[in-house]
Amino acid sequence: MQDILSSFEHYHKWLREHEEPVAETAGFLTDRIRQIEPDIHAFIRLDKERIVCRGRSLDERSQGGALWAVPVAIKDNICIKGELTTCASHILDGFRPPYNATVIEKLLAENALLFPGANMDEFAFGSSCETSFYGPTRNPWDLSRIPGGSSGGSAASVASGEVAAALGSDTGGSIRQPAAMCGVVGFKPTYGRVSRYGLIAFASSLDQIGPITRNISDCARMLEVISGYDANDSTSVDSPVPKYTESLGKQIKGMTIGLPEEYMGEGIDEDVRRSVTESVDVLKRLGAKIIDISLPHTKYAVSCYYIIAPAEASSNLARFDGVHYGYRSPKSDDLIDMYVNSRSEGFGKEAKRRILLGTYSLSSGYYDAYYLKAQKVRTKLSQDFDRAFSECDCIVTPTAPNTAFKIGERMDDPLMMYLSDVFTIPANLAGLPAVSVPCGQDRNGMPVGLQLMARPFDEEALIKVAHAFESETAYHKMFSGGCG
Amino acid sequence: MDKKVSKKRITEQTVRYVAALSRIELDEAETASYKDQLSDIIGYIEQLGEVDTDNTLPTTHVLPSMKNVFREDELKESLSPDEFLGNAPEKHGNFFKVPRIIQSS
Repeated sequence: MQDILSSFEHYHKWLREHEEPVAETAGFLTDRIRQIEPDIHAFIRLDKERIVCRGRSLDERSQGGALWAVPVAIKDNICIKGELTTCASHILDGFRPPYNATVIEKLLAENALLFPGANMDEFAFGSSCETSFYGPTRNPWDLSRIPGGSSGGSAASVASGEVAAALGSDTGGSIRQPAAMCGVVGFKPTYGRVSRYGLIAFASSLDQIGPITRNISDCARMLEVISGYDANDSTSVDSPVPKYTESLGKQIKGMTIGLPEEYMGEGIDEDVRRSVTESVDVLKRLGAKIIDISLPHTKYAVSCYYIIAPAEASSNLARFDGVHYGYRSPKSDDLIDMYVNSRSEGFGKEAKRRILLGTYSLSSGYYDAYYLKAQKVRTKLSQDFDRAFSECDCIVTPTAPNTAFKIGERMDDPLMMYLSDVFTIPANLAGLPAVSVPCGQDRNGMPVGLQLMARPFDEEALIKVAHAFESETAYHKMFSGGCG
Repeated sequence: MDKKVSKKRITEQTVRYVAALSRIELDEAETASYKDQLSDIIGYIEQLGEVDTDNTLPTTHVLPSMKNVFREDELKESLSPDEFLGNAPEKHGNFFKVPRIIQSS
């Protein structure tokens, strides 16, 4: 099955040649997923009947649409009308949204076959996909390791060949970091490029929905479908969406690519450093001009993020009180007790940690020292990028300082866990588009990711460079074998 | 990455205060554990103090052209009571039901 899902093109060819009804294919795919799910646990739930029913409705329509019958896993924080959507949290038990997220409407309009319920860190809080109320996802390359987070279920489902593509959300690297650790492509679009309507909010000024795929061509196709202005999202940007697929196959000769010294310093795994250095040589061979640049405020990105993101999260999560939806504690005599008991029993450890951290930094006496300061440092970080992009077209870095670590290794050390996202967080703080592509393997055979960042709304530059790199290397063809 | 942590101490009293503001109840073991973890995290975050931001404006929004969004004041169809009450843990008629908040005399 991994062969037919290796690219959308290949899969469509297979469907045409076999004249297999989509409903049959949907059932077949679901059965295969069920076989390997006990190992991987990329999905919180899998409802074969509903998926086959969707396949049947596609059979009743004409064979059209950019994503016709393409199996796409949906992270469990993206609303699908009538489907359970839990954010991998006990507090959203039983929640069925009464509407579709805009990205879901767009996938349905292009006749994608949706596989809801991809596992994730609770409310997207995490870098390892271990904080899900429903249990961790495992890395298809090595089941004793994490898949990366928080879109770990989405990345693992693509890496194991369960589905051809997935939607994730990226607040501090939650698409790119698991993509890197699972050896697949993960794209975070510019803030405002893809509607967040129907994405259950974590940190509203940082969140973006984006695709996870096996290669850049499929990624460009997904991006073309989900991008665009949406009146339902007040932070959506009304700017024309280029044909991203037209950036495929373009030469990168003459492009200038910046290599920031701060991303290659101490603390990086030697195998990651070697893979990235070799990848930079590939870009050089392809005719790109590599220049050294500096992003001096990078070292403050994690601190800045862990003020701003929990502050926004603590505010967004105030709505979970057991009144309108989700879990309500049965042990409450009065209203305040009901709020407290529902939240105390409904949220997991990491969610509580971030709520406490956010409430602390926003509380009286600390707002200026922490929140306001972090927003000023955020400006400094953005200014670093403005200066860098006056010299180069895009920036190349490792996606993460290390490859996938062992399950449980960092669970008792939240700060160490937070540092997993040190290289991905800056793009969220500055709102930039960024992509992770596979670029090597470490001594244990675990995938390494290469990150590319570009100016706001210049997704085309990333697709151009990433596709040129992919065409010159074979890392995207490495397969975890998770689906046998 | 290096984890250089200064020793900013968060007390158990602060953790309990912040938890109360957050409408979260913690037992003693949780309070002690969060005290240590938040101390570590806030200690690390203190490094932001090194950055000179005297003449720097805060980022109020990452999109520079961001402005308030208005829509026409038009009547539109809204969710039906069945739809908006469909997820309610408890309901009574067309209302969300919560524990009593007013005492009867």
